[in-house]
Amino acid sequence: MELVLQQVLSGLATGGIYASVALAVVMIYQAIEHFNFAQGEMAMFSTYVAWSLIQIGMPYWVAFGLTLVISFIGGVLIERIVLRPLHRAPILSQIIAFIALFVIFNSVAGWIFTYTIKPFPSPFPEEPIFGTFISTHQVGVIGVTLVMLGILFVFFNFSRIGLAMRAAAQNPESSRLVGIPVGWMTALGWGLASAIGAVAGMMVAPIVFLEPNMMVGILLYGFAGALLGGVTSPTGAVVGGFLVGVIENLVGTFVPFIGTELKLTVALVIIVGVLTIKPSGLFGRPVVTRV
Amino acid sequence: MAALLEADKLEAFYGPSKVLHGIDFALPEGGVTAILGANGAGKTTTLRALCGMIRTGGTVRFDGKRIDGRATESIVRLGIAHVPEGRGTFAKMTVDENLRLGSFTRRKKAEIEADFEHMFAMFPRLAERRHQQAGTLSGGEQQMLAIARALMLRPRLMLLDEPSFGLAPLIVQDIFAILARINREDRVSMLVVEQNTALALELADYAYVLETGRVVMSGPADEIASDESVRRSYLGY
Repeated sequence: MELVLQQVLSGLATGGIYASVALAVVMIYQAIEHFNFAQGEMAMFSTYVAWSLIQIGMPYWVAFGLTLVISFIGGVLIERIVLRPLHRAPILSQIIAFIALFVIFNSVAGWIFTYTIKPFPSPFPEEPIFGTFISTHQVGVIGVTLVMLGILFVFFNFSRIGLAMRAAAQNPESSRLVGIPVGWMTALGWGLASAIGAVAGMMVAPIVFLEPNMMVGILLYGFAGALLGGVTSPTGAVVGGFLVGVIENLVGTFVPFIGTELKLTVALVIIVGVLTIKPSGLFGRPVVTRV
Repeated sequence: MAALLEADKLEAFYGPSKVLHGIDFALPEGGVTAILGANGAGKTTTLRALCGMIRTGGTVRFDGKRIDGRATESIVRLGIAHVPEGRGTFAKMTVDENLRLGSFTRRKKAEIEADFEHMFAMFPRLAERRHQQAGTLSGGEQQMLAIARALMLRPRLMLLDEPSFGLAPLIVQDIFAILARINREDRVSMLVVEQNTALALELADYAYVLETGRVVMSGPADEIASDESVRRSYLGY
C-alpha cells in the first residue's frame, strides 16, 4: 500500500510536468488547430537559456523569471515570423514548419551547448523534508505547477486580455467584430505556451539531466495527457497530464514486464487507445467540421 | 444631415468571383437605412464588405476617413458595430462575458459599468441570465445579447444583419421597437439588412434595393413602401 501511495505521489510530480507540456500544446491547438511538434524542443532550448543564465552567476529564481520572459518573447516572435505568413497555407506546410522548428532547435542547441549531458540545479533543497515518500524536488514540482496553473486560471478568467484570448480561440470572426486583434492573441498564446513549456523544462531537467533530446519523451507524455484529457479542453489537458504521470508510474512499478524500460510505451498506448476509443478525450467535445 | 458613411463603387469578391458590382450609398448621421432585396442579392456581403471581412474594391469613407482595406478590428475601433447574421455570440461564454467582450476596445471602467446597467435595464431578460452560457439562451435572447454586445462598443454606427432571422413574430416586434429606441435615444445610426421588408421599411428612413450585387432602386422608406411596382418586382410581397 505504501508503495502505491509513493508511486502515486511521484507520478503526480512528473504528471505536473506532463500537464504543463499538455497545456502548452492545447493552448496552441485551440488557437490554430494543430499540434506544435516543436513545443518540447522550444522548452528544451528555454532550459538551456536558464542554464546559461545560472552559469553566469545569476541566482536560480532570477534566472527562472528571466527565462520565462525570454521564452515568452521567443514564442511571440516564432509565431510572428514563422507561423503568421503560413496561417492560410495548407496543413502540410504548417506541419513541415513545426518539424523544421523541431530540427532547428534541436540542432542549434547541440551546436551551441554540445550534446554532453549537463546537470541542471533544482531550486529545492536535497534533504527529504517531506519524509522518505517523496523528494523535496518532487513536492516543489507539484507546487510550482499548481501555482502556475492558478495564475493562468486567474489570467484567463478574470483579465481583459485573457478573456479576449479565449474569445479569439473560440470564435475568431466575432472577436474581430468586437475589436480584438485576433492575430496578436494567437501570438500571445504562443508566448504563453512557450513560457509554460519553459517551466516544464526547468522542472524536469534536474531529473532527466539537460541535453538536447531531453524533451522528446516528455513531449510524447504531454501529447498523451492532452489527448487523454481532450485537446479542446485546457482543464482536460491538465488533468490528463497528471493522470498520465500516475498511470505511467503505477504501470511501470506493478506490471513486471514493463518496468522502466517500456514506460514510454505506456504513453503511446494511451495515445493510440484514446484515439481509437474516444478521440475527444475525457473532457473534450468532438470536433465537427462542416465540409 | 451629413453622411456618416459613404460607399463609392463598392465591390466585393468571394475568391475570384465578384458579387457586388460597384454599389454607391450614403448613410446619414443619426438615421436608419435599410438594404433590401431577395436571397443572394448581396445584402450580407455589403455589410461584410464595409467591415473589411472580405476582399473589396472601391472606396468606403467613415466620418470622412477612408476605411476600405483596413483590418476588421481597426474598423470596429472607429465605432462601427456589426451584429452578424446568425448573431455571432460567444456560445460557450456567459452573458456577462459576452458583454465584457463587447466593451473590449474601451478603457474607462466606470463608463463600462454604467453601460452594463443600461443594457440590463433595456434587456431585463439578459440581467436574469447574466451568468448563463450564451449558447443556452433562446433565439430571441441571443439576438438581444448580440445587440447589447454591439452597443457595449458605444458605436456610432450599427450594422444589423437580419435581426428578425428565425424569431417568432412577437419577439421580432420587441426587437425592432428596441432598435427604434436605441436610434432615437442613444443617437446610434443604423444600417439594417432585412428580408422582412415591411418591418425594415417601418424602422428605416431611407432604403436601397439590391438585386444580384447592384443597387436597382433607392429612396425614402415610405416611398419605397408605397411603390407597388417596386414591391412586386423586387421585394416579392
